[in-house]
Amino acid sequence: MAKVLRWDVMVGVLLIVVFGYGSLTSPSFATAGNLSFALSDLGEIALIALAMTMLVVAAEVDLSVASVLGLSSALVGSLWDAGLAIETIIPIAVLAGALCGLVNGLLVTRLGLPSLAVTIGTLALYRGLAYVVLGDRAVAQFPPQFVSLAVDDVPGTPIPYPVALFVLLAAIVGVVLHATGFGRSLYAIGAQEQAAFFAGIRVKRIKLLLFVVSGTVAAFAGVVFTLRYGSARADNGLGIELAVIAAVLLGGVDFDGGKGTLGGVIAGVLLIGLLRNLLMLGDVSTEIQSIVTGLLLIVSVLTPRLVSLAKPAALLRATSRANLKGSP
Amino acid sequence: MTTATAPPEQVSPARSARNLVDLVFRARELSLVIALAVLVGVTAGVNGNFLSSQGVQDILLNTSILALLAVGQSMVVITRNLDLSVGSVVGLVAFVTGDFLASGGGIVPAVLLGIAIGAGCGLLNGLLVSFCRVPALVVTLGTLYVIQGVDHYIAHGRQINAVNLPPGLLSLGNGSVLGVPYLPLITLVIMLAIGYYLRSYASGREYYAIGSSPEAARLAGVPVRRRILTAYLVSGCLAGLAGVLWLARFGTVIADSAHGWELLVVSAVVVGGVAITGGVGSVYGAALGALLLTTIGSALVVLRVNSFWQQAITGALLLLAISVDRVLALRVARLLRNRSRHG
Amino acid sequence: MSDAPALALSNVSKSFGAVRALRDVSLELFAGEAHALAGENGAGKSTLVKTLAGVHRPDSGQVLLNGEPVVFAGPADAQQAGVAVIYQEPTLFPDLSVAENIFMGRQPRRSLGRIDRKAMHDATRELFGRLGVALDPEQPSRGLSIADQQLVEIAKAISRDARVLVMDEPTAALSGNEVARLFSVVEALREHGCAILFISHRLDEIFELCQRVTTLRDGEWIASEPVSGLTHDDLVRRMVGRELGTLYPKQDAEVGEVALQVERLTREGVFTDVSFEVRRGEIVALAGLVGAGRSEVARAIFGVDRWDAGAVSVDGVRLPAGSPTAAMGAGLALVPEDRRQQGLVMELSIERNIGLTGLRDLRKGVTISRKAERDRAKDWAVRLRLKFARLSDGVGVLSGGNQQKVVLAKWLATGPSVLIVDEPTRGIDVGTKAEVHRLLSELAGQGIAVLMISSDLPEVLGMADRVLVMHEGRLTAELSRAEATEESVMTAATGRAA
Repeated sequence: MAKVLRWDVMVGVLLIVVFGYGSLTSPSFATAGNLSFALSDLGEIALIALAMTMLVVAAEVDLSVASVLGLSSALVGSLWDAGLAIETIIPIAVLAGALCGLVNGLLVTRLGLPSLAVTIGTLALYRGLAYVVLGDRAVAQFPPQFVSLAVDDVPGTPIPYPVALFVLLAAIVGVVLHATGFGRSLYAIGAQEQAAFFAGIRVKRIKLLLFVVSGTVAAFAGVVFTLRYGSARADNGLGIELAVIAAVLLGGVDFDGGKGTLGGVIAGVLLIGLLRNLLMLGDVSTEIQSIVTGLLLIVSVLTPRLVSLAKPAALLRATSRANLKGSP
Repeated sequence: MTTATAPPEQVSPARSARNLVDLVFRARELSLVIALAVLVGVTAGVNGNFLSSQGVQDILLNTSILALLAVGQSMVVITRNLDLSVGSVVGLVAFVTGDFLASGGGIVPAVLLGIAIGAGCGLLNGLLVSFCRVPALVVTLGTLYVIQGVDHYIAHGRQINAVNLPPGLLSLGNGSVLGVPYLPLITLVIMLAIGYYLRSYASGREYYAIGSSPEAARLAGVPVRRRILTAYLVSGCLAGLAGVLWLARFGTVIADSAHGWELLVVSAVVVGGVAITGGVGSVYGAALGALLLTTIGSALVVLRVNSFWQQAITGALLLLAISVDRVLALRVARLLRNRSRHG
Repeated sequence: MSDAPALALSNVSKSFGAVRALRDVSLELFAGEAHALAGENGAGKSTLVKTLAGVHRPDSGQVLLNGEPVVFAGPADAQQAGVAVIYQEPTLFPDLSVAENIFMGRQPRRSLGRIDRKAMHDATRELFGRLGVALDPEQPSRGLSIADQQLVEIAKAISRDARVLVMDEPTAALSGNEVARLFSVVEALREHGCAILFISHRLDEIFELCQRVTTLRDGEWIASEPVSGLTHDDLVRRMVGRELGTLYPKQDAEVGEVALQVERLTREGVFTDVSFEVRRGEIVALAGLVGAGRSEVARAIFGVDRWDAGAVSVDGVRLPAGSPTAAMGAGLALVPEDRRQQGLVMELSIERNIGLTGLRDLRKGVTISRKAERDRAKDWAVRLRLKFARLSDGVGVLSGGNQQKVVLAKWLATGPSVLIVDEPTRGIDVGTKAEVHRLLSELAGQGIAVLMISSDLPEVLGMADRVLVMHEGRLTAELSRAEATEESVMTAATGRAA
């Protein structure tokens, strides 16, 4: 019973249902062009969700990712304006993101502050810095060969480059999370940090690394975002931390840490992406999209709690089975 | 920062421990006042207009709405929770009551309507957090977007114009009695009432008890869920009232009123010395934090600093406040530990 | 006056998952009596206390108040009914003042229902006067020593004018003077018609204070009887349920080289100048009151906490401060005090918990070999006779004793040369307790140096080759097996000069 009713599997099933519904109701939905667009429109959220998954599994959260994306975009814009080569700009922007993540991580691990409070602060700080860097200007006209990297498909496939990159990174994160000692450590830290520390796991170092990765990925997503829209603005990606967190929680990762699978998160990301796409095709206003995302977020944390409130019966069955062989 | 020096040896250990802790908390409110004084002094030195009666009145008016929200937010944060939806509630209420007034509604019913909408939102948050035990951050982040979406949906790109609003409302927002504007007065009265309640009533102390140790509160028979629900309800009601006051102050509103203000409010509360981990702080401190943040905003304009800095400074101040709190708490814990051994 | 007991349990059972904490237990507390509840760690005493306090609701059976069945929906209900409880772990609000902690929810009022702070502080001073405590009512409870916290808890319970006072190990952290004063207050309450339920590990205290005693063993009721007819040994036999010899199967082992050397270890405000050594083949016990700094020394040695001065070496190799990873590398293992928070990751399976200390060893390339992980778990589960259904089951479904075996397995799998065990048998049943003792004895026989922290005096006396005693952060005595008696250990532990 437990196997079939696993949360991530249910999200996968829901994904298929939504896909089926979309194909039936909208003729333009299940076309290669639309799906490819929907995927690349989802690219940044998906990329950041990979790093966020590892953080949330370790019972931390990074709310500043959208601001790091904006700061990275602003840096790209202002440096391009200043005449630097795009090949130089991209590493600088990504490095800046790593630095942002480092600041988050140091405040969390060195001072022992809750990551929630820290990243609410840096959410304001980094977005503020983005405005300081670029003001309310928009910078455009990036070199076409780079723009096409962010927009075009991998030759011979309907898969855009950012999506291909996501698939590659997802494979790496999947292996790291589910098959390495590092991944094991993350689950242990998230479920019971003290016990992990007492088992000799370098909790602080690992958390610091996760924040740096999160900042780096968010900044890289900022570069992709900028090139994809061909426009660098300080308010790029405003509020997408919500979609990222909604996708991660919807994918069955427990906000309290220690639980969840990458497969679930990918299903969660796709589900949010498809829903957004469907709403867009259905010409539903962006307001409704924001309501839907918000509701999804609430439902994705509420349902497991409601299930666990009704759970004692199921738990009793599981334990009595253990008892059969367990007690002398 | 101020350093806490150890009191002389002859003081009894118990008393000196208390003085030490007192000192730290006094130091917080004191350092806020000093920071405020320095800021005002320097800015006024550069530009005398800063302290003109118009300048001061502007700061007070701008502070009052933020402080009102900060007062409600403190109640929530004191119980070790968070309400990120307040900004969107202000936006929704400002627009809906604006619509209501523009179509001929009375002022008193409009205020009640605003508070009722806020109460509804607060109730929703409170129920989800206290009875369903869903993490406060996630729930209120979710309701933030839902409420914002509803706001945009209702507004549908329209705008409420001051000319369509009853003059009585606008004079509430900008008028004054004996030279003191109404808005700060309203905030002051509410702040004092809630501050007094939290300090002097048994049920008020229970909010601190819950934030200080939820488990001990449960064992002591404190109605934990009901108090948390009430905290959200109060925060929601005050956000509703703030929405009406926003309309009264600015007259012309679009759907985006107070967009992103949740960050400002949380910063004001934390900068004002309410611990993000609950159990510590006062609504007075939170209001002082709101005053400081608003004054910084005004000072930046007067000092001709790029106003884009304001958000970055808000974030940096929040980080500074939680870091200083943490470092001081660690110091105090260490000092107390040594004293209890050797005292 | 009716003859009905002030508070009673009738055939109460309570389970947590697989753990049956109470089975068909009955207990009667009469007004004007001090009733002791005796039983070993894990016998179900704390569960019984929480049932009386309204924290747990019985799965079956009844709670009776003055002979009438009642259902306490929560702690507030029990308090309303006149039941005051002092828990084993202090439950204070660190940010609030001592006086507020005592009067939370029942503050003295003045006009308009406002709190009368002056009356509250005066009442607190008066309470402290009766208890002979020198604490400032307006001081926040953060930073109080464990003994002071416990005294605040006692003042809180007394201030309720309760008809039933339940005290779960109130003396564990108190010194001799404080215990004497507490007893005189309790005696006065009893004479006023209050019913007292008293739990203590120190049997002397039970004989001194109580008229009747109820014994529990493994969650089952064994006996309720007058204290006067009992001897010390009678009571122990009822608690243990078997001959002491089989419970403490300590064998002599050959004592070898120094494995763990601790020199002048100091952590400011916690412990000072702690020096000792443990040799291969030895079991050394570290005894003392709760809060004396024993666990803190163990944590510092293992690197979980930093130390401020001193040195630790394992097999002659100096350890850096504050690195569990380095300590593990040098051959140290720590079975911590708090199994649920520090020993195990409750959400993870048995095999993953056992694998957690060997993530490097289980690697095949970059990934973890599931087979190696499972083999390691299977190997140790068999060796320690772990009772389980599947290795992939969460450790949460195991009983306390089996959980402790998983913790031991996880550390023994690292092949340590020094094993530190902190309260190794807390909260586990008598059968498993004997197994753990046999295991420790075997490990010492294999040349492992064992440092055992325990608050259970019979365990200390039964298992240790040497006993170190701590009082207020300092080592106050080192006793050989021959010198160590209940009295000599308690004398050193309460700071009375030997």
